[in-house]
Amino acid sequence: MSAQPLPAERAVETDPNSIASVHARLEPVWRNGPGLWGWLTSVNHKSIALRSILTAFAFFAIAGVEAALMRVQLARPENSFMGPDRYNQLFTTHGSAMMFLFAVPVVQSVALYFVPIMIGTRNVAFPRLNAFGYWTYLIGGLLLFAGLFTNTGPDQGWFSYVPLAGPGFSPGKRVDIWAQMITFTEIAAIVAAIEVIVTVFKQRAPGMSLNRVPLFVWAMVVMSFMVLVAMPYVATASAMLAMDRLIATQFFNYAEGGDALLWQHLFWFFAHPEVYIIFIPALGMVSAIVATFSRRPVFGYTALVLALVAIGFLSFGLWVHHMFATPLTQTGQSFFTAASAMIAIPTGVTIFCWIATIWSGRPRFDTPMLYVVGFIALFVIGGLSGLFLASVPVDLQLTDTFFLPGHIHYVLLGGMVFPLFGALHYWFPKVTGRMMSERLGKVSFWLLFVGVNVTFFPQLLLGMAGMPRRVYTYLADTGWGGLNLTSSIGAGLLAIGLLVLVFNIARSLAAGPPAGADPWGGETLEWAISSPAPDYNFAYIPIVHGRSALWADTGELDAVTGLREDRREVLQTTMLDAEPDSRHEHPDPTIVPLLAALAVGVGLISGIFDPMGFAVGGVLTLIALAAWGWPQKTKPNTHEIVEVPK
Amino acid sequence: MTWAGSIFDTAGPPAERIARLAWFLIIVSAVTYLLVLVATGMAMRRARARRARGELADARPETGKRLTRNVAIAAIATTLLLLVFVTATALTNKAIAWPLNAQQPLTIEVTGNQWWWQFRYRDSVPSNWLTTSNELHIPVGRPVRVILLSNDVIHSFWIPELHGKQDVIPGHRNTTWIQADRPGAWKARCAEFCGLQHAKMAFDVVAESPAQFDRWYESQLASAQPPTDSSAKHGHDVFMQRTCIMCHAISGTEAGSSVGPELTHIASRPSIAAGTLPNTRENLGRWILNPQLIKPGVRMPPNALPPAEMNALLDYLETLK
Repeated sequence: MSAQPLPAERAVETDPNSIASVHARLEPVWRNGPGLWGWLTSVNHKSIALRSILTAFAFFAIAGVEAALMRVQLARPENSFMGPDRYNQLFTTHGSAMMFLFAVPVVQSVALYFVPIMIGTRNVAFPRLNAFGYWTYLIGGLLLFAGLFTNTGPDQGWFSYVPLAGPGFSPGKRVDIWAQMITFTEIAAIVAAIEVIVTVFKQRAPGMSLNRVPLFVWAMVVMSFMVLVAMPYVATASAMLAMDRLIATQFFNYAEGGDALLWQHLFWFFAHPEVYIIFIPALGMVSAIVATFSRRPVFGYTALVLALVAIGFLSFGLWVHHMFATPLTQTGQSFFTAASAMIAIPTGVTIFCWIATIWSGRPRFDTPMLYVVGFIALFVIGGLSGLFLASVPVDLQLTDTFFLPGHIHYVLLGGMVFPLFGALHYWFPKVTGRMMSERLGKVSFWLLFVGVNVTFFPQLLLGMAGMPRRVYTYLADTGWGGLNLTSSIGAGLLAIGLLVLVFNIARSLAAGPPAGADPWGGETLEWAISSPAPDYNFAYIPIVHGRSALWADTGELDAVTGLREDRREVLQTTMLDAEPDSRHEHPDPTIVPLLAALAVGVGLISGIFDPMGFAVGGVLTLIALAAWGWPQKTKPNTHEIVEVPK
Repeated sequence: MTWAGSIFDTAGPPAERIARLAWFLIIVSAVTYLLVLVATGMAMRRARARRARGELADARPETGKRLTRNVAIAAIATTLLLLVFVTATALTNKAIAWPLNAQQPLTIEVTGNQWWWQFRYRDSVPSNWLTTSNELHIPVGRPVRVILLSNDVIHSFWIPELHGKQDVIPGHRNTTWIQADRPGAWKARCAEFCGLQHAKMAFDVVAESPAQFDRWYESQLASAQPPTDSSAKHGHDVFMQRTCIMCHAISGTEAGSSVGPELTHIASRPSIAAGTLPNTRENLGRWILNPQLIKPGVRMPPNALPPAEMNALLDYLETLK
């Protein structure tokens, strides 16, 4: 036995530039404060993203239970498990929660967790705004479910068509709760989008020029730009709806010169891109997983980036295919059919590129990769069933039938949840430092894969059989009982699969084998730092020499020195070439974002009951913003130069 | 597949053309799906073999070139397929448009209400205009122009055997058309979520020979005959003195409200409660007594009539053939 200390330990004492001694200096500066106060004041992007992911999964669980209850009700004809009022609240809050409180927030949170690490920086660009975004999202989600649990849940459908959602046909506060939930989540979504865009454009590690940005990050940038364009439409629409209801404006009242179809255009101009806002990040996750497990960079980087951007653009030209049954000219219909078909081309290219990657790679089919293959098998059904809805005549038969829930769940479960679960298995070791069980992972994968098909393929058939959607019951003589029962059994399989997944997570958290920094042999920068990642991410900001940051043949990563270690400082680089530009001081933990979110919450929620509430909330928000912007003393500067080792 | 009630159980030209296009899409999708699965499967097998041989990823430039070529071919094939798709869609869409050379079309004004349907048959002679509820008769072989209006929220008019749906939007005058090529009786359901009883907002469609249709039309134009037997007379008085008269119309009587379905020929209809309950004496009694138990949320209030009055009312309603 040797009594000599290990080299690393000795380095702490002697070498001020060793990782360990840098850690000793950076850790106290970057960590959250202690206890509950520290939790409430955190501005660390990983803490906030992680709690946001957990919040999103909590909403996912509630909305999933709602779905299960609906499948119980529909399992047999004229079931008396619940009445129409309860059913309408359930399907409305299920759809609203899945879209606004789960799908968008969860992909944005994954972005806020991993984008800064993948581009080699220490935090997102605006840490306090990031915290503010999370709190508004949380308040909006709690508002919706507070409504549901007090029997004041919205019951007009997640699409809130007027005049059904208007003051005349939905008295009470149900729709107002829905409209304000939208406002909260749109604030949060826009905040997250700004964070991603500015962080990627200004804080990439030196050398990571735009043509070296990982595909995952590209996907998140495209998604964020889409959020910036799409979300203001629904925020505007929901504000107009709230005003029609609360202060008697007449935007959607045809009797006073308003128009019911105006709502539909505003809503779908947002809600169609919404699906792609959810789907494009999933493409980024798939790209990351495919590359790592195929042991080669994704085939066709440029084609994929262009495809992502093209999907982002085209997704804004399709909204009218949700409205083919409204008065439209044939020319208009043909235009939107062609636009809907066009988006299949870039989407196809992405899938062809991944197949090519697997083809020429040396893949391991661990659980994350299984989810990718499952994604292809399910999403392609979703995409192809979308052709039926893009084709005007066939859409006229199938729209608003059960074909729609079948299609959208193939798209969203296959196209977004499967990649997300793949990403969960892939990045779990990075976030927690522990590996998940492969065996349980495969069990839950197969349960979910079979469950999706057993649940949703019968729904495609039910639509063709003529069953309208959003019905709380159906008569026995329709002959729809068998397919509905099959679908309900499938939902049971899904529930079991999810429980196995939860069990796997819990067990792995408690007793999973330690992961180490790089369990999969990854391509991108997050695998260069320890698991779980330290609060400051990188002891030294890395320098990137190629697209595959960790697979370059340069041996060790080069690094930047010269950032101050006694305050929160990040390196800003130029937009296109990521050349070092300036150093930027980041704020310390603060309670102000939470207070600002609460002020906004007071305004939006009390405004439902009395318009004066908006004024009160507005004043409170101004006070919070004044505190936010109060000038602070910067710590004295001691360093001057950023050195870039050549 | 002629699955009763499905979009493939066609009985008219538009539905027929749409079903053909749907079959085309089903076949194209199935083939495309199979190709994607085969390509994925082959890629996985090839890669597994490479792994078994202990080789690294294939980074040779010639492989890259081949892959580029194959991806390009797949993208071009996708594009061509989509061109076919768009063309087939546009052609079908043109084929199912209102036939401009239509002979002697019939025009029907459909009004959606929460949660029942009203049909008004237009005629050049105003006295021949006919109003019915929840039951639509059309003559076989004659195109029918349908004008869609709403009294409250958005509904959607859909007879799967005849045509795709068109939304019924307040403040808009949407139109569609249908034509039955064979006699039949079908169920049509509201297809746009319209509130509590969206699930139970249906109507009966009957397509019959022109001669039968004309007979039906004549019979429906007739006013209700005054009741003759004493119980039905009592029932008539119950109808006129209780709340019934406030919402329903029976032509030939003083009941003329249009808040609820008109009942002049209620006894001739196959169903009640907007096409969701067979029209039997027992069902009608249950319905009048407490419709909220059958269709929770429906606009009709419970009517706790004493048994004698209820029986008389049912006797009266049964005379409304």
